[in-house]
Amino acid sequence: MESDTVTTGMTPRTRFGKRGGLTIVGIVLSLVSLFPILWAISSSFKTRATVTDGKLLPNDFTWENFRYVFTEVPFGRWLLNSFIMAAVITVAALFFHSMAAYALARLKFPGRDSIFAVIFSTLLITAPVVLIPLFIIVRQLGMLDSYAGLIIPLIFNAFGIFLLRQFYLGIPKELEEAAIVDGCGYWRVYWNIILPLSRPILSALAVFFFLANWNQFAWPLVSTSSTDLTVTQVGISSFTTQYGANWNYILAAAVIAVIPMLTLFLIFQRQMVESIKTSGLK
Amino acid sequence: MSSIATERQQAAAPPAAAEHPPRRRLSRKHREWIAAGLFLLPDGLGLSVFVILPMFFSIVLSFFQVSGFGSYEWIGLGNYERMFNDPYFWSSMWVTAKYVVIMVPVLFVVSLGLGILMKQKLPGMAVYRTALFMPYMLSLVVAGLLWKFMFDEQTGVANKIVGAFGISPQSWLGDPSLALYSVILVTVWYMMGYYMIIFLAGLNEIPKEYYEAAKIDGASPWTSFRKITWPLLRPTSFFVLIMTTVAAITGTFDLVYSLTAGGPANGTAVAMFYIYQQAFVFGEYGYASALGTFLVLIMVVLSWVIFKLTKGGRFDDGE
Repeated sequence: MESDTVTTGMTPRTRFGKRGGLTIVGIVLSLVSLFPILWAISSSFKTRATVTDGKLLPNDFTWENFRYVFTEVPFGRWLLNSFIMAAVITVAALFFHSMAAYALARLKFPGRDSIFAVIFSTLLITAPVVLIPLFIIVRQLGMLDSYAGLIIPLIFNAFGIFLLRQFYLGIPKELEEAAIVDGCGYWRVYWNIILPLSRPILSALAVFFFLANWNQFAWPLVSTSSTDLTVTQVGISSFTTQYGANWNYILAAAVIAVIPMLTLFLIFQRQMVESIKTSGLK
Repeated sequence: MSSIATERQQAAAPPAAAEHPPRRRLSRKHREWIAAGLFLLPDGLGLSVFVILPMFFSIVLSFFQVSGFGSYEWIGLGNYERMFNDPYFWSSMWVTAKYVVIMVPVLFVVSLGLGILMKQKLPGMAVYRTALFMPYMLSLVVAGLLWKFMFDEQTGVANKIVGAFGISPQSWLGDPSLALYSVILVTVWYMMGYYMIIFLAGLNEIPKEYYEAAKIDGASPWTSFRKITWPLLRPTSFFVLIMTTVAAITGTFDLVYSLTAGGPANGTAVAMFYIYQQAFVFGEYGYASALGTFLVLIMVVLSWVIFKLTKGGRFDDGE
């Protein structure tokens, strides 16, 4: 990488200029990207009177908005419901999707390409499009307004299968062929060879799935009605409708919903970067 | 024919086979079929019941007039007839088309650019990557709230920022000609970090040696992008194009709901929002199903076009 200068004939000065320029671009883009979030966090510590004063930092720093939000609405319950929903979906989805993807990428059986085509085409049937029939089917199954009805329909989507299949197509076949010749069953090949090899992509998918489901809105909105099952996003949305222009309370609620995600991501991020690094080294 | 012959040879040849009881000697081929079936079972069943069945059910529903819950009346193509004569639906399709045609290319270029930028070895890259991915941590509901706060015409910070550049205050969400662009801005801000990571993963798949060889041959960065990155990134580009197009058509509901509620003057009422309104505000489940079915049809056609254009994301015709 450092040999650019030699081969392209650039002087060290222009190289520094290019690197310096790119670094500035990186910093500026990062700030633009983060600004709305930081702005909301800062504003959530302002009072009702000063929340729209446009100052970068609160003059009259207060925790009152957060106390208010937690005492006015069952925010803890919302967070718990979101956590249960997102965690169960993530674990079940990763397990089922990697199994399906393994079969589609590695096993030979009649109709494989048609089955993949069908699964692939369900990518186009995103949840909002089938919201109405799904609602009626889940009601018919007697699962409406329950954790089962909230969780089970969201486990199944072709996105994870597709991504994992693409990944498995890239794993050298020799590894499993040797194992199969040695008498390993397909389940052991999947469990002992394929799953460990897919740890990087599984951890990345776990973050995406958890997030996507923590952030679910439309399905929980129509499939649950009891307050015990309200998830964070639906709670915040109704809270916003109720509290109209009280931006200090609305932003505090938004910040509470976002903090666990940001924390989790910052922990996970290191793992993701590590796994990307190791997969790049091999 | 020949495969059966080899199976037989294999079964007959090894003396070690005698150690196994004969009834377990399913041919390898058949064991593979059974294994595949079992591996596919959970997802196959779930996708059938919760994705494919609802899709067909949606088509069935689209031929009925559904009043409240429980009473269905067959009206044939009535809902579709109504759809073709519904100016509000076509206006929502027009809004969706504008949104897709502007948002998808912008998001593609921005996230590919970010992916390439993140590939450079610069100090603090990990921090920038984290920062750029951060918006995707929010829900669209929360993202909508934050920007609604910033876009406020009187008190929002957006007008203070553009004011510093000498631009007069804008009615970001109140001006019908501007509101859709504001929604697009928020979408790109929200999604770019996610697709940056996808592109980065694709870029990391491309062997370094290709770039080194190109450099030795004296290729400019633009040439190596065109001759190496672009063709070898095709699977990723295919994936990103499909995902962003589908997301642009169907995934906008949460954002529009919390940012503009379809306004002003239906300027941001994308088709998904209109369908939701028909079903869950006006109780027109049959009509909304017809609109949804039509939308899926359009997505199937679009995806087929993308599939053809990118050759299905394959590098070449062979397997």
